[in-house]
Amino acid sequence: MKCEGLMNPSKKDGYHWVLQRIPSGCAISGIISEEGRRIDGRVIIKSIACMHDRSNGLGGGFAAYGIYPKRKDQYAFHMMFDNMEAKEATEEFFKDVFNVDKDEPIPIHRENGVSNPPILWRYFLEVPENKLEFLSERDYAMKIVMRINSEIEGAFVASSGKNMGAFKGVGYPEDIGKFYKLEDYSAYIWTAHGRFPTNTPGWWGGAHPFTLLDWSVVHNGEISSYGINKRYLEMFGYRLELRTDTEVIAYLFDLLVRKHKLPMDRAVMALASPFWKDIDRMEPGQKKIATAIRQVYGSTLLNGPFSIILGHSTGMIGLNDRIKLRPMTAARKDDMLYMASEESAIREIAPDLDEIWSPKAGTAVIGTLKAEVE
Amino acid sequence: MRIDAKGMHYRQLNKIIREAVAQGEKEFELDNVGGQRYIGDGISENVKITINGTPGNDLGAFMNGPRIIVNANAQDGIANTMNAGEIIVHGSVGDIIGYGMRGGKLYIKGDAGYRVGIHMKEYKKQIPVIITGGTAGDFFGEYMAGGIMILLGMNGKNPIVGDYVGTGMHGGVIYIRGKVDPYHLGKEVSCLELNEEDTKLIGSHLKEYCEYFGFDLTEVMSGKFTKLVPLSHRPYGDLYVY
Amino acid sequence: MESQLPAEFIVNVNHEKCRRCKRCVINCSFSAIEFKDKVTPNHRLCVACHRCATFCPESAITITENPLTYKYGYNWTPEIRKNILKQAESGGIILTGMGNPQPYPIYWDHMLIDACQVTNPSIDPLREPMELRTYLGAKPEALEFDGEHDNVSLRTELAPQVKLDIPVVFAAMSYGAISLNAHKALAMAARRMGTLMNTGEGGLHEDLADYTDRIIVQVASGRFGVTSKYLNNSALVEIKIGQGAKPGIGGHLPGEKVGEDISKTRMIPVGTDALSPAPHHDIYSIEDLSQLIYAIKEATDYKKPVSVKIAAVHNVAAIASGIVRSGADIVMIDGFRGGTGAAPMIIRDHVGVPIELALAAVDERLRQEGIRNRASILVGGSIRQSADVVKAIALGADACVIGTAALIAIGCRVCQKCYTGNCAWGIATQKPELVRRLNPEVAADHLCNLLTAWGHEIQEVLGSLGINAIESLRGSRERLRGVGLNQEALDILGIKHAGIGQ
Repeated sequence: MKCEGLMNPSKKDGYHWVLQRIPSGCAISGIISEEGRRIDGRVIIKSIACMHDRSNGLGGGFAAYGIYPKRKDQYAFHMMFDNMEAKEATEEFFKDVFNVDKDEPIPIHRENGVSNPPILWRYFLEVPENKLEFLSERDYAMKIVMRINSEIEGAFVASSGKNMGAFKGVGYPEDIGKFYKLEDYSAYIWTAHGRFPTNTPGWWGGAHPFTLLDWSVVHNGEISSYGINKRYLEMFGYRLELRTDTEVIAYLFDLLVRKHKLPMDRAVMALASPFWKDIDRMEPGQKKIATAIRQVYGSTLLNGPFSIILGHSTGMIGLNDRIKLRPMTAARKDDMLYMASEESAIREIAPDLDEIWSPKAGTAVIGTLKAEVE
Repeated sequence: MRIDAKGMHYRQLNKIIREAVAQGEKEFELDNVGGQRYIGDGISENVKITINGTPGNDLGAFMNGPRIIVNANAQDGIANTMNAGEIIVHGSVGDIIGYGMRGGKLYIKGDAGYRVGIHMKEYKKQIPVIITGGTAGDFFGEYMAGGIMILLGMNGKNPIVGDYVGTGMHGGVIYIRGKVDPYHLGKEVSCLELNEEDTKLIGSHLKEYCEYFGFDLTEVMSGKFTKLVPLSHRPYGDLYVY
Repeated sequence: MESQLPAEFIVNVNHEKCRRCKRCVINCSFSAIEFKDKVTPNHRLCVACHRCATFCPESAITITENPLTYKYGYNWTPEIRKNILKQAESGGIILTGMGNPQPYPIYWDHMLIDACQVTNPSIDPLREPMELRTYLGAKPEALEFDGEHDNVSLRTELAPQVKLDIPVVFAAMSYGAISLNAHKALAMAARRMGTLMNTGEGGLHEDLADYTDRIIVQVASGRFGVTSKYLNNSALVEIKIGQGAKPGIGGHLPGEKVGEDISKTRMIPVGTDALSPAPHHDIYSIEDLSQLIYAIKEATDYKKPVSVKIAAVHNVAAIASGIVRSGADIVMIDGFRGGTGAAPMIIRDHVGVPIELALAAVDERLRQEGIRNRASILVGGSIRQSADVVKAIALGADACVIGTAALIAIGCRVCQKCYTGNCAWGIATQKPELVRRLNPEVAADHLCNLLTAWGHEIQEVLGSLGINAIESLRGSRERLRGVGLNQEALDILGIKHAGIGQ
């Protein structure tokens, strides 16, 4: 089975491909049950489908958390391969770097509107202890993801977190959801994305959500500060192969929250910082923190229009740019938190809400899983 | 205040000194000093600092008042850009001492290294003085723009001073106890005999110097001194065309 | 022997218009105009400073290049022939002033800036926030916090930072090279615009004591006027290793310029030459630089950022990396077109590296080594307009320094005769009757106007780029494209050629 390059830009000599960054408009939606109740995939498909006209059929995808409870301590790698050679090369590589506990095809059924899928396979992996002399387990896993994406021709890691997975491809999101049989998965966090790229063809790996380990990002808008965000991340060893804004956002969260251990609200303050005029009016303690964050993390500021929903192992965060150039609505009902580009996408799945609001520019909406949730 | 500096980083040591000076402490004795840099750096109060052990580089840099006594040899960069104060070293010192020094005194019992008093300068009543008891290396008084340097050669080593003495010198005066072969001199200096005023001047400085180190003033003064002064305050006036 | 060199310029006086008010005679500080029954120029002495023409009430004076034609020679240009004649007559090193005027490539003019269309919106800078604030100083790699949630406090203690309201700083120009009135104007403008001026290596005049929080004090090899008080009365301290116009050579303020006031400021006797040695004699190696940086930090109780200024030379990236690792909080890089009050022409015109390439190489090197946070980068060496500032920041600079542009704003006509001390505009002179011509208040207004205009222009570009904070431009080379550059230059600049998309 050969996809004729539809899936993955050439890594060796694809100068134009690899160097191209494709702006796109989008629809996003996300739901979380803070109690950890599992919700099946039909709900999120219904929500994102409501915003059909915000995408153009060139990309759709979902991230789901809590879907592999029996294997929650293993890295679940969702892989996309252009061809069998790529799959074999990756599997050889996995043998060297991981203990492969299980591998299987990702279940799919053919759906109108979805054509030419790559080979979709998932692997449940453990890191051998002897590999962790100099690196944390997560740094080790991150390195492997980067190596596959940048070095193995025709192979792409769609997701690599524990107890989570990304399901994405070229097509409208509701078609992609049905293609992946999301009705068979139960998750306490779902995010979804419908893509409107400015050029053709879309490619499977380039669809959202973008993930790294258990971070996933769905994103509407364009990051005008991409150039410096990318160069800043490269300084810390990140390799940005996909040249998508979404990739930058996921990596920035990884750097700030996981590596630098910033509290989530401080990380958000770096990415969508308050204006200096507002910082200057803060009380001294807050002012000192906000000033230091802008001084030290100025290169992480996400500038330009965006609304994003970030999923991670313990929660979900919605965030707007600091002058609200992209839409976002949030709502609560009992333990459920909803976020979407449009209110209608929330009302479609939860007509009766406790509260609904438009988050302020640069202010995060944070949903957090209760500690005991598996 | 007595401080055991053993194993202490200079940042810590100097912080203790600065804070104590701010509290009004007037006298410090530092034991087991071993290479800590910047002792006395930037201090403007008239405190006394006695150093037992070998102080690190830039001793008394930017100093503006204190008196430092070193009971051992000292290293490079002493009295760098010093404005006022005294440094008395009961031993020998390294290279580039008194660089850009504008005031105060630097008395050395033993030898000094290369480039002593480079670009030393004076301003009004601030006339820096460097007296070296032994010998000195090349480029003694290079670019010298002011102040007084006296080199005694008391230990009888030969030559008393290296090459390029006073090269680029355009101010100040150098006294060397003994004869200096013109071969050793820079192009911009002239060699003179001492007059009465010179003798009085070096006598007054050497009196204090000899008291510090227990030298016999009469014996020191009995040597024949050579005086070096710049040929011009504008050595490079004709070098350029507009 | 009378020079046989032909005059460079011809002073044309329209005697029909001339009303013989002699204003031109009084204004010409180069003695190029006399009054003998009528206004009589001595063409040979004219430097084209425009003072006479500007002040002639009848506009009766024009200055033209001497049309005397030299036999064409692509190789033996008139300039080269004139220089040989001068040296044959004198035996001297040819001295000159201002920046390198030779036709080397100007890379700024081969870079174009991006703008937003459709896929992301441009922002209207007149009505929406557009932040230019910049902090100079070393930043840690990461921040650490104590506590949780609402009670979070900062554990990391930041190195001292200096705030700039606009990322443009006045360049180091010493009192001596320029007049006290020029220094005063720079200090006043720096205060009003929330930026900095730089003493250069000539010490700080007591009249500027009120402006010390806006002043960079320089420590150069001559250590003129350097005391612990001087170091502490500052916004930050700069160690000057080199200057773009004359990398690797010392400085020399001739004794005739060292009057009472300069003597006091430099703390040297009246009338003596102020010689700056080529190297700092306490720095013969990179670890010695570190020693001086920390000597200054000790003297200022670690409260002042320390900058190290170097000329852009071939190995600038590695040198800058060493400087950052030596503990400098700021690296200032001066390109080969940087100005000077006096430099040998051979050095000014033939030594160094264009700032655009040097900056790109340094920023990239520091990033590759993961130490870009540790120091701010300031660049100068012919920043001529706000577009150059934008491009420099996109290449990776934190802020730019302007010297010549600031002087032009206060009257300089770039006649390149700074070293003569006869500046007719009261800028590069110490003669009281000439210094008086420069009104510091008026000059400060002009400087503020210039920076205000540039600030607006930078905001316009940020808005068109769809970003509202200068930090989102800093190092964002993605927003630049090259035109007419070869691949090697593009690679060094880290930009793509125009026509290539994202």
